[in-house]
Amino acid sequence: MQNTKATVRIKSGPALTRRITLSGAAATTLAALFAPGFKAALADTAAPMADTSAYPAKAFAQKTKDDTIAALFNMTATASTDISFDAPDIAENGAVVPVSITTTLPDVTAIAVLALGNPFTLAQAYQFPAGTNPAVSSRIKLAKTTDVIALVQAGGKLYSVSKNVKVTLGGCGG
Amino acid sequence: MKRILLAGIALCVAAPALAATLSSPAAEQKAFQSYFFNKFPAVAHDDFVNGPYAMDAGMRAQWKDILQFPPYQFSIDNGKALFTAAFPNGHSYGDCFANKGIGITQNYPMFDAKSGKIMTLELALNKCRTDNGLKPLDMEKGDIADIEAYMASTSDGKAFDVKIPNDPRALADYRAGEAYFYTRRGQLNFSCASCHVQGAGDHLRSDVLAPALGMTASFPLYRSTWGNTGTLTRRFIECNTQVRAVPAKADSDVYGDLAYFLAYMNNGLPVGGPGERP
Amino acid sequence: MAGSILVRASSDGTATTVQALIHHPMDSGFVKDASGKLIPAHYIQVVEFAHAGTVVLTAFWGGAVSKDPFTKFSFKGGKSGDALSISWVDNLGNKDSTTATIS
Repeated sequence: MQNTKATVRIKSGPALTRRITLSGAAATTLAALFAPGFKAALADTAAPMADTSAYPAKAFAQKTKDDTIAALFNMTATASTDISFDAPDIAENGAVVPVSITTTLPDVTAIAVLALGNPFTLAQAYQFPAGTNPAVSSRIKLAKTTDVIALVQAGGKLYSVSKNVKVTLGGCGG
Repeated sequence: MKRILLAGIALCVAAPALAATLSSPAAEQKAFQSYFFNKFPAVAHDDFVNGPYAMDAGMRAQWKDILQFPPYQFSIDNGKALFTAAFPNGHSYGDCFANKGIGITQNYPMFDAKSGKIMTLELALNKCRTDNGLKPLDMEKGDIADIEAYMASTSDGKAFDVKIPNDPRALADYRAGEAYFYTRRGQLNFSCASCHVQGAGDHLRSDVLAPALGMTASFPLYRSTWGNTGTLTRRFIECNTQVRAVPAKADSDVYGDLAYFLAYMNNGLPVGGPGERP
Repeated sequence: MAGSILVRASSDGTATTVQALIHHPMDSGFVKDASGKLIPAHYIQVVEFAHAGTVVLTAFWGGAVSKDPFTKFSFKGGKSGDALSISWVDNLGNKDSTTATIS
């Protein structure tokens, strides 16, 4: 497990730059986790259990799109038409906004969702081992009307698609 | 703007007048249902129990998404555990109800000939508890909503069949509920009918106002704004608060009467509870 | 209440679709309670889905994931009767896990 991480870290590009950008050992590990070619490092254990050692805490503390993408992926995203991002035009309730991402891009390793109008930009990130279909559906909170961005890391590159979701005051309908 | 809104709502005066000219609850029910069926010809009759989701395609899509794994599932599971657990005296909720409480939600609220009052499912559950030496539950949320969610799930799809027996007290209860429904109250001077008869299907800001027909058929509800499952009593209190009126007490007769009137109007529609709303 | 995790996993022979609902407040730390006090942040940070000892999805969540979070995804392989394990840990160190059977 440690070896896998170390190898990926070396392969994945200028570790020095990343260390400077993210500062700190924990942050370096996190960049390595989302670095290109990462395959589930926990595959060798019988019953893998969630733990926070790989949690990208720094990325979750960022307040802008660029800082978040840099902290989480350490690369820049290009817009893609190969990502299907399903979110409502008008959220019936900002506390429960269904979002669904699927893509035809090959070799997907991660999908993340950013809500630019939220206090912290990053809502969620998923790691996709080989064999898991590159699609995920979930429900997120939006503090206000905002652009929501889906990021897909595939084949060592980062792609994005954006959608504006309107959030209104709710609570009286029904 | 406000003047226009209020002028529109003033039209609702027509509705109580209409009700008053009809003699029997059965005829009133028919007129009530026809009003909504005519107002929303595109909505399938059974779909009225889904409130705003029957009216708005965007909301319906999000709702369908959420129903893939509805957030009230935890309530049903917890409710089932509570419902089937034995009281300290060995009895359980099922012993208080017909058919052991399974598949009976469509018959509530029910006129209780002994007391002359309306028993909503909430009141009946609490009566069951006090009859068995237990304290009544909070009537708005928590365990009682979970138990109702489980009970409603065992009635899924069954048609509402609320009866008004040949007893002047039952008719009086129905009339009291009807009067409450059409009476204006609160600083905003709205009746229930203002929003849910005349305004049904219209937007209040971004919210779609649910039609009164079917409105109580999908309780208890998991509302995202609540973040948990709540009872019809809770919604009545909330509605009163929203028009800036002083709510009645949770176990007041008038809420029972109102629930009775609305459920009778729903007769023939399927049980849609537990439901989910924004 | 028994367990915080509800799972539906079904195989169509080539792929397994997983839907999970986790009972958790997911408090973001930005919301005030009725008395005006901030509700402290309390949210799940990591969820791990595993099949046959192999992780099939890792979720990293912040406080912007909805209360009682829902996740749906699918992976190649898995057959009826196989075990699927799900575990989570939140920012306060609470954990839960369950094993579901693929139908």
